[in-house]
Amino acid sequence: MNATAERVGFFTDTSVCIGCKACEVACKEWNLVPEDGLVWTGDSYDNTSELGANTWRHVAFVEQRAPLRLDGDVATLDAEPMRWLMESDVCKHCTHAGCLDVCPTGALFRTEFGTVVVQEDVCNGCGYCVPACPFGVLDKRHLPRKPDDMPLQLPLLGKNEDGRVWKCTLCYDRLKGGHEPACAQACPTKSIQFGELDELRERADKRLEKLQAEQWNGARLYGRDEDDGVGGFGAFFLLLDEPEVYGLPPDPVVPTKHLPRLWASTALASAAVFAGVALAFLGGRE
Amino acid sequence: MTGTPSGKRSVTELGSQMRSYYGRPIVKEPVWQPEIPFYLWTGGIGGASSVLHGVARLTGNHELAKRTLLIGAAADAVSPLLLISDLGRPERFLNMFRVFKVTSPMSVGSWILGVSGTASATAAALELLGLRGPMKWLAEAVSFVTGPPLATYTGALFANTAIPVWSEARDELPWLFGASASASAGAAALIATPAESAAPARRAAIGGSLAALGLAELMERKLGVVGEVYKQGDAGRYGKIAKAATAAGAALIATRGKRSRAAAALGGTLVLAGELALRWSVFRAGFQSAADPKYTVITQKERSRA
Repeated sequence: MNATAERVGFFTDTSVCIGCKACEVACKEWNLVPEDGLVWTGDSYDNTSELGANTWRHVAFVEQRAPLRLDGDVATLDAEPMRWLMESDVCKHCTHAGCLDVCPTGALFRTEFGTVVVQEDVCNGCGYCVPACPFGVLDKRHLPRKPDDMPLQLPLLGKNEDGRVWKCTLCYDRLKGGHEPACAQACPTKSIQFGELDELRERADKRLEKLQAEQWNGARLYGRDEDDGVGGFGAFFLLLDEPEVYGLPPDPVVPTKHLPRLWASTALASAAVFAGVALAFLGGRE
Repeated sequence: MTGTPSGKRSVTELGSQMRSYYGRPIVKEPVWQPEIPFYLWTGGIGGASSVLHGVARLTGNHELAKRTLLIGAAADAVSPLLLISDLGRPERFLNMFRVFKVTSPMSVGSWILGVSGTASATAAALELLGLRGPMKWLAEAVSFVTGPPLATYTGALFANTAIPVWSEARDELPWLFGASASASAGAAALIATPAESAAPARRAAIGGSLAALGLAELMERKLGVVGEVYKQGDAGRYGKIAKAATAAGAALIATRGKRSRAAAALGGTLVLAGELALRWSVFRAGFQSAADPKYTVITQKERSRA
């Protein structure tokens, strides 16, 4: 593999997702993502709930009293229209990635494929990337450590839990071997499409044009625009409603966008601490 | 399709109109533990004490200089222990020094704390050994210069996240934390220093307290709808304690602190407690604003509309 491969990513077209969760399973299997508890939520067919340290693909299910198309919904036998939205969520592999910017150890890095990956042998579990991600993708793994990774038996320095931060690697190991990521390969409807980002964007534009011509209710691309707050997603989506309906932020911005001004403000505040303390010495010591 | 709500409305009203994914959060709550608000407080004391120490030394106030040096060194020594204890992999704490990244306030802060802490520990050790050579002068100078950034960078660290109540307060947080640090360092020095040398500590405690009270108020107002988290839950409770204790402590120091050592000590303790409560209030507010998706959605929609 050459050092400067084309930037790759996902185009997740939710209009053809059938909610089979093959992507969730394939991801867990390939990446050895551990099981973190089985619960019943009552939120439609979604018992996974959100992306996190132990969920790198998450299928959202939304049941709506809304027509699938705006031109009279032929699929509805009922008087009241109904549609069932399904969306396989994943790390966005942002062009300007907040997690990568704030990582103080260099554990998070940009690969030769343009993806964002955590080096688990470097991460020290500081947790800064967790609130720095505008999408709530990353989280700390609280499960016990593996037997080959036992903690130091020293005060302060030994903890029994894994304690590192985990997220989608866009199957970095599979890309290295010239394969597509496990979720995309397992997807039976081509809802998850893997490829070179430029080509995926063209494909997405055509797909959106078709759906809009067919008057699909609420069809839009999310994360395709390179001028958005994170410089465009490496993994972008075709949605059928507003992003927040799927648990996605409507207008995500990388925190570091404001950092130059924030550092300037911090420098001024530091000067003010100097000045304030110096002022306290005026007027004698009693 | 619901449109974006227009006009001035309360956050509760906006929240009830907003659609969400089963009310689930959009951004993750921080994974930071109680060590972090305690560190904000000790790091602030350490940083601002170094400044108090430097000016006391330059103005020949040796009683105050000695005590602020020891207080600062103690706070700088506790701080990394708190930070290491908070790590998921404490044994890898040295990885903080693999790189220096200006895009990461935590990276910059680790280096500041490393340099400042080493300098103040060296100066304090030489002080206790009675060695007053150029080595001590250099250590004191380094800790003096790195003190203010140590007291303020944590504000930049919190503001540089996707947590609505922190990122939207990016213009106030470094100032608020700097003021809080000055108040607590002044208060700690006031408790330890005899009255005849303690006037600068007294003024720093009072001035820092007033600035922190004013900046907290300003921050909450400018936050608008998202600022309501400071009136609710843990953030609200700690916020009330912070305001009451800081105001009472500053008033006691201002009225009785000069004549009565006991009043100065009590006032200093109240200010220290108030500033610790302030750090807890800001810390918890971040969790509360992450837990409800309406804060993320409203902030972003208001911004898009502006």
